[in-house]
Amino acid sequence: MNLNPIVAVRGHETPCQALLRCFLPKVEVRSFAWLAIFLMGAGNAFAQADLGQIHGNFQADAQVYRVDSAIGAPDFPENLGSNSYLNLIYTRGDLEAGIRYEAYYPTLQGYTRQMGSGIPYRYARYRHKVVDVTAGTFYEQFGSGMVLRTYEEWGLGFDNSLDGVRLKSNPIAGVYVTGLIGRQRNAFSNKIEDLSPGIVRGADAEWEVNASFPRLDSIKTRVKLGASFVSRYQKDEDPIQILPENVGIYGARLNLLRGGFNLFAEVATKINDPSTVNNLIYKPGNAMLVQASYSQKGLGVSFEFKRIDNMDFRSDRAATFNNLTVNFLPAQTKQHTYRLPTLFPWATQAMGEWALQGEIAYKIKKDTKLGGPYGTTVALNISRINALDKTPTVDPFDGYTTPFMGKMDSVFFQDINLEITRKFSKSFKATLQFLHFNYDQSLFKQLTGFSASENVVADVQVLDMSWKVKGKHNLRWELQHCYTRQEFGSWAMALVEYTFAPKFFVAAFDEYNYGNAEESKRLHYFTGTAGVNLDNYRIQFGYGRQRAGVLCVGGVCRLVPASNGFTLSVSGSF
Amino acid sequence: MFMKRILFICLLAAVGSLSSLHAQDAARPLPAVTLQNLEMGKVSSADFQNDGKPIIVSFWATWCKPCIQELITIQDIYPDWQEETGVKLIAISIDDARNAAKVRPFVEGKAWEYEVYLDVNQDFKRALNVVNVPHTFVLDGKNNVVWEHNSYAPGDEEHLFEIVKAVANGQPLPLH
Repeated sequence: MNLNPIVAVRGHETPCQALLRCFLPKVEVRSFAWLAIFLMGAGNAFAQADLGQIHGNFQADAQVYRVDSAIGAPDFPENLGSNSYLNLIYTRGDLEAGIRYEAYYPTLQGYTRQMGSGIPYRYARYRHKVVDVTAGTFYEQFGSGMVLRTYEEWGLGFDNSLDGVRLKSNPIAGVYVTGLIGRQRNAFSNKIEDLSPGIVRGADAEWEVNASFPRLDSIKTRVKLGASFVSRYQKDEDPIQILPENVGIYGARLNLLRGGFNLFAEVATKINDPSTVNNLIYKPGNAMLVQASYSQKGLGVSFEFKRIDNMDFRSDRAATFNNLTVNFLPAQTKQHTYRLPTLFPWATQAMGEWALQGEIAYKIKKDTKLGGPYGTTVALNISRINALDKTPTVDPFDGYTTPFMGKMDSVFFQDINLEITRKFSKSFKATLQFLHFNYDQSLFKQLTGFSASENVVADVQVLDMSWKVKGKHNLRWELQHCYTRQEFGSWAMALVEYTFAPKFFVAAFDEYNYGNAEESKRLHYFTGTAGVNLDNYRIQFGYGRQRAGVLCVGGVCRLVPASNGFTLSVSGSF
Repeated sequence: MFMKRILFICLLAAVGSLSSLHAQDAARPLPAVTLQNLEMGKVSSADFQNDGKPIIVSFWATWCKPCIQELITIQDIYPDWQEETGVKLIAISIDDARNAAKVRPFVEGKAWEYEVYLDVNQDFKRALNVVNVPHTFVLDGKNNVVWEHNSYAPGDEEHLFEIVKAVANGQPLPLH
């Protein structure tokens, strides 16, 4: 059909695109209309029984800011910040489609500042037998993520999804292959055209050896092999240096399991990738991860070794901070749930570190002298992260050389912690934690402003007690203490939470920086919060001053930014 | 311009009518997502089965205290629940690569008897529209979601068991 007399078709587009562009000039509206047309087409199956289903979830977080010069809170001229999203998924048989609308008017404090709204996430997916194809925005992970991981974490304001096409297949039993190509979403950008300058393409293959051979399927030893390759293309616009336009990262992994023993190992290498983060050096990067564990009923032991050297990999060589990362290099430290232990978070130094972590979890049997009537669980975790031993090369563009093992005495971060949990009676239980931290604060100098004269050494104790008052009423209280002479000094924290299952909760907590060297900075971070949990929906509001971090209150755990003022959070699924 | 607006409104109406056309009370089938079991094998959620008896699907993470509290509390009474209703609890860990390798020793260290799967890149969490953890679903004998609840407060497990009993006996679900 020749549309030329009706609509002026531009040279690069198809008649369909021209028609859509003419009717719906705004891109976000066009995306929504695309889904609407698709659904209307799907609605032609009205005569058939199955029309498909639409489900979704949403969250809206709003904050009214009070001027707070004491904690150095920056000015917030709009007085109110809000981050919200609505996610919809349509499924019908082998077909799936979804969109997410996000709105920031403007973003809450603590997130990259954005103002506006749009549909940064939309996709369609078709799965049938060996074919699984996704067009649009998608999340994917290869192996442990050290080669590629695109994911989203709403509480952190992180979303590095890829916009393109992905093909997955399981052609024969035990073999899984994935191929993808696309450009990445940029921070919290709402515009589909505002994607990364680099193009990311990758492939991954995984082979469950036991599943492929019937004779091997029932034997005790299980083997899984995997290999991945990801490449970024970005034009070289540097007038002085010649920068590689295609940068590839190769990974291989192995997983062995027998009975209670499990071994996972993954290695990856990256060819020369001069970038802002590594100061434009041509040294290749490499990473290695080994995880071993033994588990049996009542006992779990795990050990990890990780070494990373120049493995920062992004879809824009000039990107920094959390923007446009393609791979995922998690911190080899224990993820803490209580507030004061999260005063000292560790972020992996992609430029180089090596780490060891060991953990042992044991349940002392019930009805024994030490275990008590219900048993007692004990967990000990030790993590230690060290710097690599780097020697600068003669040619600065080569960066540095470094032996495999670094110096044991240059500690980046060390965390030794012990947790004991015990139920004393039908209505009373408690958890006790002891933690010891030691870390090099010069790595965070730009954030804290502290010099590197000495490492931060901190001792933290946590006591969490829960008492079932009667029936569905429960009272929980926490006492935490952190002793340190460095950084901001010592802290004390207390929390009280009352829940009336399943719906209502009210809590109050205070973190007091009593040990701060400056008297004027000995502040109370006091917050009162209450909320309602209906089965599918949750409303929580609070007032006060709050530090950023994980907050487990009112029955859920969420990541929260720093705030002062009135907060409201509404979320639900349907 | 006016015609464009009319067309757009018609499209929206089509979407709206489509949403209302599908039976609003139809139970939601469990989405099919690939998960990893603790023996490193790949399992599809479409293959969850319990011989027609109810299933509880509970999302948790090693860093989520209320989730662990819920699963410890249910573990103590799990044998009684299984005897009375034949229910199976499937615990889905949303731990990412930072903690995924520690999930098996963690679960064994607490002596949990559930079926545990790893949702390493949170695909299953997104497919079920989960916002926060813990989030618990109850499935009927045909793997349809018939009830869900976000958050855990001590005492919630009693209502969860009422729901499971009603599903096992084919009765209407009790309200709180």
